[in-house]
Amino acid sequence: MRAEYILKLLENNERLDGRGMAEFRPINIETGVIERAEGSARVKMGRTDVLVGVKLDFGEPFPDVPNMGILRVEAEFTPLACSEFEPGPPGEDATELARVVDRGIRESESIDLEKLCIKEGEKVWAISVDVYVLNHDGNLIDASALGAIAALFNTRMLKVDKDGNLIRGEFSGNLPMKHKPITISVGKIAGKLLLDTTKEEEELLDCKLSVSVREDGKICAMQKSGGSTGLTEKEIDEIIDLAIEKSKEIRKLI
Amino acid sequence: MKRTEEKLIVDGKRLDGRKPDEIREIEMKVGVIPNANGSAYVRFGKTIVVAAVYGPRQLHPKHLQEPDRAILQVRYDMATFSVEERARPGPSRREIEISKVMRLALEPALFLENYPKTVVDVYAEVLQADGSTRVTSINAASLALADAGVPMRDLVVGLSGGKVDGILVLDLCGKEDNYSDADIPMAFLPRKKEITLLQMDGRLTPEEVKTIIKNVLKAGQDVYKEQVKALKNRYSE
Repeated sequence: MRAEYILKLLENNERLDGRGMAEFRPINIETGVIERAEGSARVKMGRTDVLVGVKLDFGEPFPDVPNMGILRVEAEFTPLACSEFEPGPPGEDATELARVVDRGIRESESIDLEKLCIKEGEKVWAISVDVYVLNHDGNLIDASALGAIAALFNTRMLKVDKDGNLIRGEFSGNLPMKHKPITISVGKIAGKLLLDTTKEEEELLDCKLSVSVREDGKICAMQKSGGSTGLTEKEIDEIIDLAIEKSKEIRKLI
Repeated sequence: MKRTEEKLIVDGKRLDGRKPDEIREIEMKVGVIPNANGSAYVRFGKTIVVAAVYGPRQLHPKHLQEPDRAILQVRYDMATFSVEERARPGPSRREIEISKVMRLALEPALFLENYPKTVVDVYAEVLQADGSTRVTSINAASLALADAGVPMRDLVVGLSGGKVDGILVLDLCGKEDNYSDADIPMAFLPRKKEITLLQMDGRLTPEEVKTIIKNVLKAGQDVYKEQVKALKNRYSE
């Protein structure tokens, strides 16, 4: 019933909650919410609620980039977030989300990884970004990507003692950041394009395309997901333009 | 981002001698796995994939069955010896993601509603990796599905585009993939030009993204012709 109603409203470019097609729900970003984490952010997008924590450690660099810090992004769809999520190792959707968030950060070169080298080829800083979905009401990719970048900008570097050991809880300076990428997902339902889809809307999704945009207007990652219908070239062009426009507005929130 | 001092394109020629808009040598063969309902071997240059289709067949466990349609299961897997450093067996996070986007890329081509409560299993095994493995796998899966006689709206064509040394190119090989400015794997249904897989990483202007998509759609028609040829060869034997 509600599905039919949603579709009927969409015919006139209207939505159940009264929003415009390109309008986000109210966004609330709180940073530094977890004292134990070196950086953190909680993003609420309407009723979607995502918590991102950043932890720092030492790690060994990858052999092909011996002078760069390591970034790792993982996502947990906690069973408390909605009735469909089950306990257990990350499934296909959580894995995809983590990798999309990872690419937005990595490909935009938002973290200055070269500054995170301690000893080339041996020891670098390892940054773990963990996304916990606390309440799922749609558009998890945008909320998680926003949470991740907000948490990274909130991240303080740990102090290191004279023997080279980490001193947990003591800080000096911030994580070196260069860019502020924003990921915008555009959903397609019954041929109509819309932003910030709710969980209810996503059940009707033909598909969606997520686009990560840097502040200089460069696109740094894209991912088509969320449904098994294709997109035309024209729709993709339109989505790219929409995402670039919207990213400017969302970026101001961080 | 990895960097290399080595130029990847010199005097308009790529590492393997190709022009920027040139696709590698393609080899496609259908019916290569006798036990499978359908199968295909696809090679783009040094990237080699074998795909097999089993089904539509009964799905177990039963609770996964859909009362009104078949489900499509796709497994993309890289052989341990397919890459320079031996890959660990078992699904990596990358393989889990690629399996998912491959499934979404293939589903729009299928009439899954014709086969309630069943499953169509697609297994793609990358035997040798030299870039563009997911799109090569999609070509192999498309042929294997057609070979299995699974009703399809259209074949599914996979092809990658990107930017290397500042130049827009098609069909990235492994080294280009590693050091590219950007990489866009794509899949589409060629008759309606419906794009069913689109991913991108790197840094591009919106105009460059749009141009690459256009170029891939155009050049993909040649890949489509190769698929049709491979299917015809199989049944004219």
